[in-house]
Amino acid sequence: MGIEQKLGNMGIVTARLEDVVNWSRTNSMWPMLFGLACCAIEMMSAQAANYDMSRFGMELMRASPRQSDLMIVAGRVSRKMAPVVRQLYDQMPDPKWVIAMGDCASCGGVFNNYAIVQGVDEVVPVDVYVAGCPPRPEGLIHGIVTLHEKVRKEKLTQRS
Amino acid sequence: MDEQLKACLASFEQRFGAQVQEFRGEWTLLIAAEQIIAALQAARDEFGFEMLLDETAVDYGPEQSPRFHVIYQLYSLRDNRLLRLRTPLDGNAPHLPTAETVYPNANWKERELWDMFGIRFDGHSDLRRILMPADWQGHPLRKDYPLGYEEVQFTFNFEEIDLRKPYARE
Amino acid sequence: MTDIREVSVDELRHLVSERVLTGETMLLNMGPQHPSTHGVLRLLMELDGEIIVNCIPDIGFLHTGVEKNMEAKTYQKAEVMTDRLDYLNPIGNNLAYCLAVEKLLDLDVPPRAQTVRVLLAELQRISSHLIWLGTSALDLAAMSVFLYGMREREVILDIFEMCSGQRMMTTYVRPGGLWRDVPVEFEGAVRNFLALMPRRLDEYEALLTKNELFLERTQGIGVISAQDCLRWGLTGPVLRGSGVPFDVRKARPYSGYEQFEFDVPTQTAGDIYARYLVRVQEMRESLKIIEQAINRLPYGPVRSNNRKFVPPPRSELGVSMEALIHHFKLWTEGFSAPKGAVYAATESPRGELGVYLESDGGPKPYRVHFNTPTFANLQALPLMTRGRFVADAVGVIGSIDIVLGDADR
Repeated sequence: MGIEQKLGNMGIVTARLEDVVNWSRTNSMWPMLFGLACCAIEMMSAQAANYDMSRFGMELMRASPRQSDLMIVAGRVSRKMAPVVRQLYDQMPDPKWVIAMGDCASCGGVFNNYAIVQGVDEVVPVDVYVAGCPPRPEGLIHGIVTLHEKVRKEKLTQRS
Repeated sequence: MDEQLKACLASFEQRFGAQVQEFRGEWTLLIAAEQIIAALQAARDEFGFEMLLDETAVDYGPEQSPRFHVIYQLYSLRDNRLLRLRTPLDGNAPHLPTAETVYPNANWKERELWDMFGIRFDGHSDLRRILMPADWQGHPLRKDYPLGYEEVQFTFNFEEIDLRKPYARE
Repeated sequence: MTDIREVSVDELRHLVSERVLTGETMLLNMGPQHPSTHGVLRLLMELDGEIIVNCIPDIGFLHTGVEKNMEAKTYQKAEVMTDRLDYLNPIGNNLAYCLAVEKLLDLDVPPRAQTVRVLLAELQRISSHLIWLGTSALDLAAMSVFLYGMREREVILDIFEMCSGQRMMTTYVRPGGLWRDVPVEFEGAVRNFLALMPRRLDEYEALLTKNELFLERTQGIGVISAQDCLRWGLTGPVLRGSGVPFDVRKARPYSGYEQFEFDVPTQTAGDIYARYLVRVQEMRESLKIIEQAINRLPYGPVRSNNRKFVPPPRSELGVSMEALIHHFKLWTEGFSAPKGAVYAATESPRGELGVYLESDGGPKPYRVHFNTPTFANLQALPLMTRGRFVADAVGVIGSIDIVLGDADR
């Protein structure tokens, strides 16, 4: 004689809180609308009709860092831009993740000179690196799926 | 070479003491720095070069004299003709009168030259750095400015480079 | 590296009006992270309510040091950097650089290579204009054009990938010709695209050209006169939108453009809508060029036979000692160019893209300078936005089609 009989099948599922939280985080991860260089164009392709990133709950690119969970550093980061990238990262609320998209953001790429930061990981902590110059939209999507895997394994106690 | 261009080049030679050079069908006039603004003015008003397509510079290294050349690439829409003016500049802190008064779009191009080569333009309305951060030291496109090459991290030198790399760790 | 310098009003006093000191007008920062600035453009705006009194663009957030870096590489290796300058027009950049190198070396290019270059450059122009159409319409709140535009762009990128193995950064055009010949499927793919595209262009026009909301946001806004265009050195669709029929492809033909029949579309209004019409018409003209090129694509080699500057084909390496020596020398030491300076220009989707190349007789370029259209066109932004609403500035930025990689180099 439980509540089920009174109200019918309510479809109750029991799960760990951690799993539920991580599941919801992966499926509504909002990236920041923020492109730097060539990779931003491929990021736009990934958003558009052919590749359609909204299959992963990412159709909503937020222009404000305060509303986004994921920063996709799409392109080379110059010395002039580096403080701005850091400030944008600081403005994002926790939990937040960073994908370094493309060779330039990962390690400087072909530009090994005075103007380019040799990898955005000198400025912000990076979760997933996506190789390619620029990576294909499939490459970016693979990076995102990899990030989702990582997020699913996260412990709630890890983040303060 | 047609008559009109011949007359134009001869006039520059006579009035501004220009040296005429030709390479691959492109005409270049070497004009002293004191004369350059008057020459640009004449090119625009008398010979119909109404567009300044490009203004750039070359650094020949600190031991050379003259060290810099400033290059003006002019275009005449009317006659469909290109003309290049070059002016040599000496010393490590050179300065040149601004071409902004003749061609307004020299504004940004001269800011770029100040930023990249450290060439000062006298009478420029807004001489700030344009590409590099405002507090940057040095002028990157000078030949004595290092490229800023960073060593590539392999397994054998991983630790060594890792120590001095300012990673943003969580 | 992680702190941002504050800009004081004193520093910019010569650029703003007196009213800002009394607090009558305000200074507003827009960018570098702003959805409508198409990359990392920063604008400092002096506003009187919602009216722009002064607009001060700040560029350099994507300064890549390409010109310096190219001085440290041989002529062939330096070409890789050119793709990434104007990332919507990689083949056009390759072409401009290769034309400069070929002019410097006095190198011949076989007719087949020239025709393929023209064909690919025009495909690239269409793909660049599609991105512009999508993003600038998105700024004016027309979302669907963006999705349609990206769909057709994929068809073009598939053709590039078929030829070069890369979607965007192809480095397919090389000094003296092409990297390799186009594959067999190339012709079919291009014809397929030619059959598809005119209808799709009609579709975009149906969405925008007579759309009342679009007209309201574009007509009579961001006006610049032909005279101002020339004074400020503007080129490309901005200049043609103001009524000057200047196109480098017609004025100083390169790579065999003189053999193709096409018109240079112009408009006289000089506003955002005029530039829109010019670009859409340009896409149709590009289709005409592509059709002519594919119909008359000559057979023959795609690389110059001058072994001092152009590497021998791979098939010869196994059988010819001389070819192996040339190959080795060209890819280790590079070739030495004669001493001199040249300027070569192409018509990029944004305007005149010029390359100034100077050689000191060695295997590396002594100085490479890119005269880029965005750098020139962006300079006139204050002129076009003065006295308009902030919301109009967004449309103007879209209409001059800025690519910051192009401006900052």
